[in-house]
Amino acid sequence: MPGAISPAAAQGSQGAPAPLGVMLSVNGVEQRLALDPRTTLLDALREHLHLTGTKKGCDHGQCGACTVIVDGRRINSCLTLAVMHEGDSVTTIEGLGTPENLHPMQAAFIKHDGYQCGYCTPGQICSSVAVLDEIKGGIPSHATADLTAPVQLSETEIRERMSGNICRCGAYPNIVEAITEVAGRQG
Amino acid sequence: MKPFTYERANSPAEAAAVAQTPGAKFIAGGTNLLDLMKLQIAAPTHLVDVNSLSLDKIEPTPDGGLRVGALVRNTDLAADERVRRDYGVLSRALLAGATGQLRNRATTAGNLLQRTRCPYFYDTAQPCNKREPGSGCSALDGVSRQLAVIGSSEACIATNPSDMAVAMRALDAQIETIKPDATSRSIPIAEFHRLPGDTPHIETVLDPGELITAVALPKPAGGKQIYRKVRDRASYAFALISVAAIVQKDGTGRVALGGVAHKPWRVEAAEPELPRGARATTAALLDGARPTRDNAFKLPLVERALAAVLAEARA
Repeated sequence: MPGAISPAAAQGSQGAPAPLGVMLSVNGVEQRLALDPRTTLLDALREHLHLTGTKKGCDHGQCGACTVIVDGRRINSCLTLAVMHEGDSVTTIEGLGTPENLHPMQAAFIKHDGYQCGYCTPGQICSSVAVLDEIKGGIPSHATADLTAPVQLSETEIRERMSGNICRCGAYPNIVEAITEVAGRQG
Repeated sequence: MKPFTYERANSPAEAAAVAQTPGAKFIAGGTNLLDLMKLQIAAPTHLVDVNSLSLDKIEPTPDGGLRVGALVRNTDLAADERVRRDYGVLSRALLAGATGQLRNRATTAGNLLQRTRCPYFYDTAQPCNKREPGSGCSALDGVSRQLAVIGSSEACIATNPSDMAVAMRALDAQIETIKPDATSRSIPIAEFHRLPGDTPHIETVLDPGELITAVALPKPAGGKQIYRKVRDRASYAFALISVAAIVQKDGTGRVALGGVAHKPWRVEAAEPELPRGARATTAALLDGARPTRDNAFKLPLVERALAAVLAEARA
């Protein structure tokens, strides 16, 4: 891990900060990047690694289109700097499945028509996959009736947990059906 | 975003020493700070990343309480078995805030330091004493439905947006810090957040560079612990008002409010009224309130939410 970088030494020409090195493991592949420290994880994925499946919606953590899974947890990639993720494992929609080999959640979204325009879909799917892990891991939500009992899977739980992923086409009922089906199969 | 330089801190003391430089800021979860930096409401010239400091444990304290590291993520604090069992109001408050994605990043200390969501603080085309001291308050004669009804001033009627802090106020948490000179102190949460007065840009009693290292919860208070949040959407919205309550079998207890003031609002002198019900308690809690035309509804809303909480506690 690099130590302190003095502000003076790190200042590049024209007032732009000098690039910083960061190593990310993205969908299982080690990626070494030199980035302006202002680069969000979202912009690193899209603009530097050309993984454009992850979408930029609001860029302020309100819509969830940028949701990716970092070290097993879903986060808004727009609200974190890439340089804060040295050594972290990032899974994007491209890492979950491929057109030839769909992730079960991707297949269920297709089967249940869990989208219309599709822009929010990569974020919805990354979030959904992580939501089922959170329920399995016993992490409670606002919809959990009893904090001291095991978390039960229900439509109410899924809806509450997916509230950070906005779909302006309003495909919510079908998204819930898709997630419910995958959850049932995982038993 | 304005340009900044970046470093990863190696120890709390070193982080505090570096961060006392004007223009420097700590970054942990970043969920609020980066939002503000993109809008150039915050424009630090140097970021001190504290994520690798080992402040992410929840440990028992000798007096039977819990010490929550500054970097414990909101998800982990809400899900901790001891917190769910003994500090239910805190779990509930955390789960009522933000989204799964945000709670996975947001930290305990960062949550305490998050900035107001007053629309005029966010609108850089409008005057705001909090964003630009001395420029004026647009909210006083503006859209103030979300804003404070008590403890506000002619300079600022913003509210503190945290749910977590309201529960911590009811629990009498202590905020532990380290200063740039390496001394540490423990600040009762009652004294941590400031009222706006004529310096609304100064929101806490922290000194420049002072780093939160942990939040200590006293031994469990028992009772029924309830957090009731009233908001415009069923999920992912800031509170219009919220009630954090710990109610004992005999009807005594504690209550703190969110969404009504510049800090979590608790009036210990109002709490002896709790056995007499919501009306008497609210009258004492909100004595001296100065709502705007837009947000006067918050006063009866607090009373009704508290009545619902007390009914739930009796059930």
